[in-house]
Amino acid sequence: MIISIASGKGGTGKTTIATNLAVALGPGVNLLDCDVEEPNDHIFIQPEVTYTERISLKVPQVDMNKCTLCGRCQEICQFQAIVVVGKTTLTFPELCHSCGGCLEVCPEDAITEIDREMGIFETGTRDSLEFAHARLFVGQVMAVPLIDRVRAAVQPDKINIIDAPPGTSCPVISSVKGTDFVILVTEPTPFGLNDLKLAVGMVKILNIPHGIIINRSDLGDTKVTEYAQQEAIPILMEIPFDRQIAQTYSTGKLLVEELPDWKDKFVQLYEEVRKYAGES
Amino acid sequence: MQGNRDIKELIVISGKGGTGKTSLLGGFASLASDKVLCDADVDAADLYLILEPEIKKRQDFQEGHRAIIDPDRCTECGLCRDLCRFNAISPDYKVDPIDCEGCGVCVYFCPEDAIDFPIKTCGELFISDTRCGPMVHARLGIAEDNSGKLVTLTRKEARELAKKRGLNLILTDGPPGLACPVIASIAGATAVLIVTEPTLSGHHDMDRVVELANHFEIPASICINKYDLNPDMTAVIEQYGKERGLPIFGKIPFDPIFTKAMVQKQTVIEYDGGCQAAQALRDIWEGVISSL
Repeated sequence: MIISIASGKGGTGKTTIATNLAVALGPGVNLLDCDVEEPNDHIFIQPEVTYTERISLKVPQVDMNKCTLCGRCQEICQFQAIVVVGKTTLTFPELCHSCGGCLEVCPEDAITEIDREMGIFETGTRDSLEFAHARLFVGQVMAVPLIDRVRAAVQPDKINIIDAPPGTSCPVISSVKGTDFVILVTEPTPFGLNDLKLAVGMVKILNIPHGIIINRSDLGDTKVTEYAQQEAIPILMEIPFDRQIAQTYSTGKLLVEELPDWKDKFVQLYEEVRKYAGES
Repeated sequence: MQGNRDIKELIVISGKGGTGKTSLLGGFASLASDKVLCDADVDAADLYLILEPEIKKRQDFQEGHRAIIDPDRCTECGLCRDLCRFNAISPDYKVDPIDCEGCGVCVYFCPEDAIDFPIKTCGELFISDTRCGPMVHARLGIAEDNSGKLVTLTRKEARELAKKRGLNLILTDGPPGLACPVIASIAGATAVLIVTEPTLSGHHDMDRVVELANHFEIPASICINKYDLNPDMTAVIEQYGKERGLPIFGKIPFDPIFTKAMVQKQTVIEYDGGCQAAQALRDIWEGVISSL
């Protein structure tokens, strides 16, 4: 089982849902933080890190002793990551998507690949909970290779909970694609609704069963609820605004540990998810 | 860039999503005069919900290509599947449009010339008028890529519009995060204003965007939203700013008025210009504009 937590809009509570659901369920859970640009789950989980790996992308290196400046590499590259300028062939590693086209096309075998480091992948544990995340190095452009690495840590025999980044474009797609259920976290405001509709459009394209959690459910209007009813999307949980919840979050603590009522609510949430995930 | 030197561009970013970038920028839109507004959060653009732009010009955003195999010409030789590093080609020779990176390697090497490579339309760009001035905004197609390029194009159009109308200020609403769209939104900007919140996550994410701004040598300043939800953490962030020489231009209290104004499609300044939150926005705006 793989449950992903997404939202169009940022700051709606994805991390709160992912970390609390994971800890509430306890043993047999694998929590994967795919927000590699701004990972936050570790703040709440405080895992004991047991494994670290540097993530790199293969980028071309040109041997100018062999290069005849024929320009075929430049011709095949769709990303302007390799160009012939005067008497040299220049590479722009930060633009490279690592497709290997230049390497394949070079008639002189003048191109080899070297590793460009993009970030760090880590796994760890907190009691019986397993955890994985990655952190993009500051200044790096591409998040997806790191997300793919975190996704590779999915354990088929466990309940995998994926915390996705905000938005609806490639990093989010890479995080939620192929998961069994998407929990879309929103807030009942015009921004929340607008971005929720985008996120629903995305999960429909990916054809994944989904449900909604409305956070700060008493601050705003009723349009998210009306939209959910219209579209027949189940509302899995509503969390009212509460200063105690906000403060618990702000200090990096978990609702299920600080406010015991919430443990049952998150266990119940999982039952709801299982019910709807099974329906597809 | 010659001739653009007197146009200043402020980008509002945050690292963490949902700290209040768009509400803050909406407030600035009410306070600033002679400016162009630019929504560079093309993935989940929200500024239009407050400013209700009247669209004057729209254009398709075309960027990148996608491979499509023609089954009539394909002999299923398997070369494309061997070469594709993105596992985008299925055993029955269909290209998954989501997995396809648009690298064109399969197109180039196909011995039967059986793979088409049309350009993609990934979104739309709009040039509009609003009650707060002209605005450039965009919409990335759902599940599309190339968001960084659309951000760059949106900012370029905003600059063109500023030049054309003789306006010397661009106020840009940036996306959350740290990677491609954020880098595209701050590259070459005059300054960034980072909106954070007094939470461990807000602090952690702010620290990373401060590092990003430093990396690209763009002057950064900070403001703290919902500062009263955790005064201790607010003090920690203020200390952080002091230690790094980052100006903190103001603190905004937690106030449901932001949501109420949004529901009414108004900026906070329009909704209740006399409230404490509106005063905080004014103070921040004064600080930011005098620093540019």
